[in-house]
Amino acid sequence: MKNNKLIRLAGYMILALSLAPSAGAEQRPYITLASTTSTENSGLFEHLLPAFSTDHGIDVRVVAVGTGAALELGRRCDVDVLLVHAKAAEEQFVAEGYGSWRRDVMYNDFLIVGPRTDPAGVGRIGSATAALGAIAEHKAAFLSRGDDSGTHKKEQALWRAAGIDPGHESGTWYREAGSGMGATLNTASAMAAYTLADRGTWLSFTNRGPLTELLAGDPALFNQYGLVPVNPLHCPGVKHELVSVFGDWLLSERGQTLIGSYRLNGEPLFHPNP
Amino acid sequence: MQDLSVALSTAVALIFDWDSDLREIVTLSLQVSLTAVFIAALIGLPVGAAVGLLHFRGRRLVIAAMNALMGLPPVVVGLLVYLLVSNSGPLGELQLLFSPAAMVIAQCVLVTPIIAALTRQTVEDLNEEYAEYLRSLGAKPLQRVVTLLWDGRFSLLTAVLAGFGRAIAEVGAVIIVGGNINHVTRVMTTSITLETSKGNLSLALALGLILICLSLLANLAVIGVRDVAQRRYG
Amino acid sequence: MSLNGVTVKPSVTLAPPQLDEGGAAALLPLKVVELGFQVRGQALLEGISFELDTHATTVVLGPNGAGKTLLLRLCHGLLSPSTGKITWGRSSPGEAAARIAMVFQNPVVLRRSVLGNVTYPLRLRGVPRAQRRSRALTALERTGLAALAARPARALSGGERQRLALARAWAMEPEVLLLDEPTSNLDPQATHTVEELVRSLRASGVKILMTTHDLGQARRLADDVLFLNQGRLLRHMPVERFFNAPEHSAIEAFVRGDLLL
Repeated sequence: MKNNKLIRLAGYMILALSLAPSAGAEQRPYITLASTTSTENSGLFEHLLPAFSTDHGIDVRVVAVGTGAALELGRRCDVDVLLVHAKAAEEQFVAEGYGSWRRDVMYNDFLIVGPRTDPAGVGRIGSATAALGAIAEHKAAFLSRGDDSGTHKKEQALWRAAGIDPGHESGTWYREAGSGMGATLNTASAMAAYTLADRGTWLSFTNRGPLTELLAGDPALFNQYGLVPVNPLHCPGVKHELVSVFGDWLLSERGQTLIGSYRLNGEPLFHPNP
Repeated sequence: MQDLSVALSTAVALIFDWDSDLREIVTLSLQVSLTAVFIAALIGLPVGAAVGLLHFRGRRLVIAAMNALMGLPPVVVGLLVYLLVSNSGPLGELQLLFSPAAMVIAQCVLVTPIIAALTRQTVEDLNEEYAEYLRSLGAKPLQRVVTLLWDGRFSLLTAVLAGFGRAIAEVGAVIIVGGNINHVTRVMTTSITLETSKGNLSLALALGLILICLSLLANLAVIGVRDVAQRRYG
Repeated sequence: MSLNGVTVKPSVTLAPPQLDEGGAAALLPLKVVELGFQVRGQALLEGISFELDTHATTVVLGPNGAGKTLLLRLCHGLLSPSTGKITWGRSSPGEAAARIAMVFQNPVVLRRSVLGNVTYPLRLRGVPRAQRRSRALTALERTGLAALAARPARALSGGERQRLALARAWAMEPEVLLLDEPTSNLDPQATHTVEELVRSLRASGVKILMTTHDLGQARRLADDVLFLNQGRLLRHMPVERFFNAPEHSAIEAFVRGDLLL
């Protein structure tokens, strides 16, 4: 019967389509890198990783999450190596035996962005802690990442240094987005709120609305990225040999030069570590 | 309004460009969701039919659970499947995390209750009409199930489509278990999330429009097949 | 197993019960003993006893709500009696049910083509694939539906549906055919076709037990009549006596066309 044939045909088509191997998925060796949304959003990896794959025939699969989530992926042996930016947490990660070692790879800086109207006058202040003090004093809207990411940890450290506990004000002028950097910037733009952003994400972020860069250059806003391979003693399945090829390459002159040469709209986003 | 028109022209440009990245993302989306729906139908149709036809203790509870599971939050499913396939989870040995297979599993979990619940309803209603005739013919239980599934095929197709709609459109589960890895597990919805987080709202919206078009095309195709078949065979 | 090809001349005289060529136990006589059926304490049928042992056509008559359809369902084994017993010859109930076909007053029409509706029961009863189609087409021709074979059955009119139900039953080549108001939705032409069909089935040796509201139809088709009133069997008698010497005031009134209250 004709309809039987029709339906059977449709079934085969779906089956064939679904079971077909995905095009171009040749099984090259690969490692899985957990990194931060800021690095992913900046476009650095698309500049950097194809060169590594060409040099060594190894693919790098990037899973972009917050630093907190990246460390958890490492603890659970779900990734091979981390490239994150929360030095204290990374050192603790290594000390607890989850990571083999930690090396500085590159750095840039955080900046405080906010509405052009700048109700708290942050643009006239040079110090990050003083700026946060002014924001708290004016009860000006401040949007926190609130997601245990590297940026969030940095922001918390700055509040502590300023002697302010904004947690008490959560829900009033202090808002916790609980989201990635990009989503937080989208929200801050809509709310015309201050927020702490990393330079990579900020430069590649196009939906700025009323937001503008108000404060940068304070040494306290230094943003250090570190490479941490997951410890094969903790995770026997980890591809530690491929990871060390990647680590050596990233810290080699070639890797470091490539990092330094990445520009977005003419501006460098990351500086290699000497 | 301006954002929307920019998004619309971006979408049109993207479609006409149809570059390899977009093709890859669209293909993977379809592969993952179609496979998930196919497997979910293999499970959901017989389970739904069984619950619709059998009388057993706790049946109402099972029905309530199936209906409730239709609204399962994708993030929760993603988290559960992540814990399952994580390298330190019970299925860690299979190395499924951050692979399309993990995404298929997650979507399967999301879609199976939808197909099962709608199948249950369809088969139960149809059985009310058919039961006496089938009993009169002396149909065995398995024959009964097959007959009801076959004769309910047009309604069941709608159930499967509803499942497909949910699978292709969800992001919460696949982004957790797939990791949104470029060229490996990046699908339409995770791309939209990524572009949104970059602030590329018009590109994100354009991808969304393409997703809607895909969904629309799939529905139209099925409705077309169904109408032709229905006109001929009722 | 089938009676196909076995022709029995129409006869009003008693014919002996038959064994079919497969040697399976005969279905006749149908013995109904002290049959009762209750729903929530309300007796819908009560104390019904009769015996049918010929291949004649038996018509169940009676006013609305007398329990005619219920009696057919019980005889088919679709319902279990609350009291009493129904036996089909020496056959087990399951065996008997498989050799009986029933046509419901509002037939269920499967969501398939007209032809598919006829081949479906043949498949369930294990008729080889090669034979199904030709048997089904013959049945459709007999019921005047051959031209509609490829149509979706759900698009048929009420009368066509009833003919389809009859074609399905006919194709199954049952030994006993239960018909519940087979012509209630039909125009005179279609009614005529159905009655012809019933006659030829009877002629080929099929036992027919049917209900009808149409007294003329009962006169034309019946050999004997079971008259039910308010869940009780008032009389079981040959059709001539039923219409000419009814022996009972209720039957007299019913035949006259009075309402039985």
